[in-house]
Amino acid sequence: MIGLQHYLTLSAMLFVLSIAGIIINRRNLILILMCIELMLLAVNFNFIAFSRHLGDDTGQVFVFFILTVAAAEAAIGLAILVVLFRNRRSINVQELNTMKG
Amino acid sequence: MGAALGVILSRNPVHAVMFLVLAFFQSAVLWILAEAEFLGIVLVLVYVGAVMVLFLFVVMMLDINVEAIRRGLTRYWFIGLGIVMLMAIEMVQLIWLRGQESVIGGGFVPYPEGYSNTKALGAVLYTEHVYAFEIAAVILLLAIVAAITLTMRKRPGLKVQNIASQVAVRAKDRLRIVKMDAEKRQ
Repeated sequence: MIGLQHYLTLSAMLFVLSIAGIIINRRNLILILMCIELMLLAVNFNFIAFSRHLGDDTGQVFVFFILTVAAAEAAIGLAILVVLFRNRRSINVQELNTMKG
Repeated sequence: MGAALGVILSRNPVHAVMFLVLAFFQSAVLWILAEAEFLGIVLVLVYVGAVMVLFLFVVMMLDINVEAIRRGLTRYWFIGLGIVMLMAIEMVQLIWLRGQESVIGGGFVPYPEGYSNTKALGAVLYTEHVYAFEIAAVILLLAIVAAITLTMRKRPGLKVQNIASQVAVRAKDRLRIVKMDAEKRQ
């Protein structure tokens, strides 16, 4: 029977993979944003599994809000990315040293 | 999980986006299996339908030089692998070994017959969490405004209509009536 532990394990794996993705793809800003989306997905997995386990729908309401905020964050992040690319012709994180003191 | 591996390892960003879409689809399936049907459908609609298309659009629009980005990439991969393995071992140990004696063991209790996830969610969302719901709406509006103002630009030398001045124009600005005497026939 598939239970809470299986969902939590999958969520932990997703989270760890997204951290690995951020570390591996440290140069590409789009991939970092995608890894953040994946991380939020892992968190949502936790919320849903616990909400289902405890029989409390409030967790799913929280997932709803996390989805909303993640969508807003993705939109603003991609907008910043587009402006950045227009100005610098690059999205390489290590070239973004304009504000270096 | 295989799809998530594809996201972080694929060389082409477009392939990474496609793998992310696959990961979201599989998550939606798993959420529906956990009887969270409404959120599964929302995940497919919002993420696969909107956010992933946005990502794909940006990836294709920016037209990045992939090879230049990948160069010198794997310098830190062993540190990353170490951290990741450590975290994975800790989490799995916490979930599986310590979880047996605590409350998180066992399978899900199935919901009774005739239970509607969407109805229950709506009942909670619009009563207890209505302020948070409205704040979420404001956040979305803020995201719209911010994204548009960030990406909008005025190009110099563009020939556009100035609607206000077109509407505000009067006949005397354009037409001059000259009074003059009638002339004789030649």
